[in-house]
Amino acid sequence: MTSLTEKRAARTQPETRKIRGKVHLREHLMGWLFVGPFGVVFLAFLIAPLLYALYLSLFQKKLIGGTSFVLFDNYVKAFTDPSFLSGAWFVIRFSLVSIPVQIIIALAMALILDSVTTLFARFSRLMIFLPYAIPTVIGAVMWGFLYSKGFGPLTDIFGLFGATAPDFLSSDLIFYGLLNVVTWQWAGYYMIILYAALQGVDPTLYEAARMDGAGRWQIATRIKIPLIAPALILILVFSLIGTLQFFNEPQILRYLAAGAIGSDFTPNMYAYQQAFSLANFNYGSAISFALGGIVFICVYAFLFFTRKRRSFL
Amino acid sequence: MKRRRILATVAMLVAGSGLVACSSDEGGSDASNCTNTITKKDLPVVTMWGWYPNTQLVVDNFNKQNNEVQVCWTNVGQGGDEYDKFQTAISAGTGAPDVIMVEADRIPTFQIQGALVDIKQYGYDAVKANYSEGAWKDVSVGDAVYGVPVDGGPMGMIYRKDIFDKYKITPPKTWAEYEQAAQKVKDAGGPLFGDFGANVPAVLMALQIQKGATPFSFDPAQPTSIGVKLNDQASKDVLDYWGGLARKGLVGTENQFTPEYISGVINGNYATYISAAWAPGYLTGAGVGKGQDTGKFAVAPLPQWDPANPVQVNWGGSAFSVTKQSKKPELAAKVAYGLYADKESLTDGWTNQVIFPLNLTALKDPAFIDLKVAFFDGQQANKEVYVPAADAYKGVQYAPFGQYYLDAMEKQVSEVIKGSVTGAQAADRLQEDVAKYAKEQGFTVQ
Repeated sequence: MTSLTEKRAARTQPETRKIRGKVHLREHLMGWLFVGPFGVVFLAFLIAPLLYALYLSLFQKKLIGGTSFVLFDNYVKAFTDPSFLSGAWFVIRFSLVSIPVQIIIALAMALILDSVTTLFARFSRLMIFLPYAIPTVIGAVMWGFLYSKGFGPLTDIFGLFGATAPDFLSSDLIFYGLLNVVTWQWAGYYMIILYAALQGVDPTLYEAARMDGAGRWQIATRIKIPLIAPALILILVFSLIGTLQFFNEPQILRYLAAGAIGSDFTPNMYAYQQAFSLANFNYGSAISFALGGIVFICVYAFLFFTRKRRSFL
Repeated sequence: MKRRRILATVAMLVAGSGLVACSSDEGGSDASNCTNTITKKDLPVVTMWGWYPNTQLVVDNFNKQNNEVQVCWTNVGQGGDEYDKFQTAISAGTGAPDVIMVEADRIPTFQIQGALVDIKQYGYDAVKANYSEGAWKDVSVGDAVYGVPVDGGPMGMIYRKDIFDKYKITPPKTWAEYEQAAQKVKDAGGPLFGDFGANVPAVLMALQIQKGATPFSFDPAQPTSIGVKLNDQASKDVLDYWGGLARKGLVGTENQFTPEYISGVINGNYATYISAAWAPGYLTGAGVGKGQDTGKFAVAPLPQWDPANPVQVNWGGSAFSVTKQSKKPELAAKVAYGLYADKESLTDGWTNQVIFPLNLTALKDPAFIDLKVAFFDGQQANKEVYVPAADAYKGVQYAPFGQYYLDAMEKQVSEVIKGSVTGAQAADRLQEDVAKYAKEQGFTVQ
């Protein structure tokens, strides 16, 4: 393709301009070609399904009477639907408790591992991270067994003291049961992110602080935490999005928890039930978008809030 | 030239990303997805979804005997899993198999969406006499037939002989006696008497029907109108009865079909298991009746409300239906009629208690009736309990939105188990919920 242009010896000025244009175009095309694979996948598997789901959410399909265009009726219905609202309220409550718990544990572990440099620290790091390497589904199944009244270890441990083990799969305690599973699964992952951020801090800062008379605690709170604030905000956003979209763990534990987890336990599960078991793809899409809206608002509010806070840090 | 190359590159990329879609495009109709091996490769192939434990054998038997068509079987999951996939295929308009195993209570759900073929025109008359009228009624909507009956689920009371002997009780004949016996066992420090699980709403529905409830009435001639009566006195009584048993600590509230529940059954944590004729097969498959609890189970007829007028009910039971997406409905119907209808398959089905057959050649077979069931320690369970129960079964009108109804019921039963509502309140809520849904779906609710 280049042969044509290069073989010619003499060129007029407009010709040269034309050739430059072609070279320019070629560079553009090469650029597009590199972005292309991502672009195709992005359009085909993210944008197109999103648009299709949005389109679906504007319709209503009835068993009798077929499909009709209803504009935002599904959204109006979602925000007055007790199943959706109670699910949304649950994930918000759950976020308010689980995110601080996870972050505090992750931060504490990262700070401890950062200040000790023994072989044990390396081993601990790996062990704390390990739960994240286990697929959520398997983790949930495992915890289902651990919580089990019939053959879980809790029963035996509590039995030693003549007490009855708490039933984390009952409707009273399922909140804490899930809190534990989620913390176990994710705290190690967040710990690694924070730990990596801590590794990036210039050690001379610590030396300077020590010369100024700062203790370990002061170094941690006055230097380390402020310096890894971006990483903290990153994991906060991750966990916020993840928790609002809570699905895997309750969906798996649902089969083991006697009636404590309904099919509308979280908005995601409710959307799944509507779409795949009741064939109501329209309402399922509307719920998904409504949930997306809630996630967006929460994350935006959070970022807005932290942006202000960060100036204080 | 340049353009062509770019186009080719782009085309390649699109093709590459499209690969994922291609492989699932064919879904159930892809012959290479068969779980079984098809030996007569030159014959047309009909795809089928099913989850009977002995499907492999049934399909092999059919394929061996048939020189017209071959079956390609896939197990896409049991119960709800399969229905969810079928539902998705219906919505997508592609991906369903030709023949699908469906429980009788789901037939109206799929029928109303136009997903099933009326197979009456494809040889119904030839096999009509092989099944009872009740069996045909469960798979029909009005005059149209939407499935070939395979198995039924006449209900009985499975119980632990060792526990009954230890606490000196005899199988209760009425629900009042059931409660008394439960109380007696509890007072003596014995195990739970049964289980009230939120995840088996179909059982409660059956027990409500036993007391005289008619949850749904539906006239196919007027498909837009449906009767919903979920909070009549009978329905309330049954929910209150079981809620009461749970509150008094007489029965457990464990979800059924879970490892927790099964281990409880193995450990003798439950004196009875109110279940259907297919339960022994299921329990054996899950490891019950082996080892320490070998030969400890027996079965008695389902307790009654009014012993003078006994009512028999059904839990589960399934059929083979032909889907609208099938491009060869006639061949598919032949498969539906022929699968699990040969003597060898049926015999395997009932000797191993995988199914309780509805095919009369099996039902009337003395070997079947007199079978000494190993799980029940040689008790003639069919003769004593299940065959009379099946014979007396009158059939039920199921809802065209069965999935929603059962989900909603599960939710209310959970509330009853939690103790936040009484059974009667739960029935009222259920009525309101389901009637509202029916109206939303365009039905006129009576």
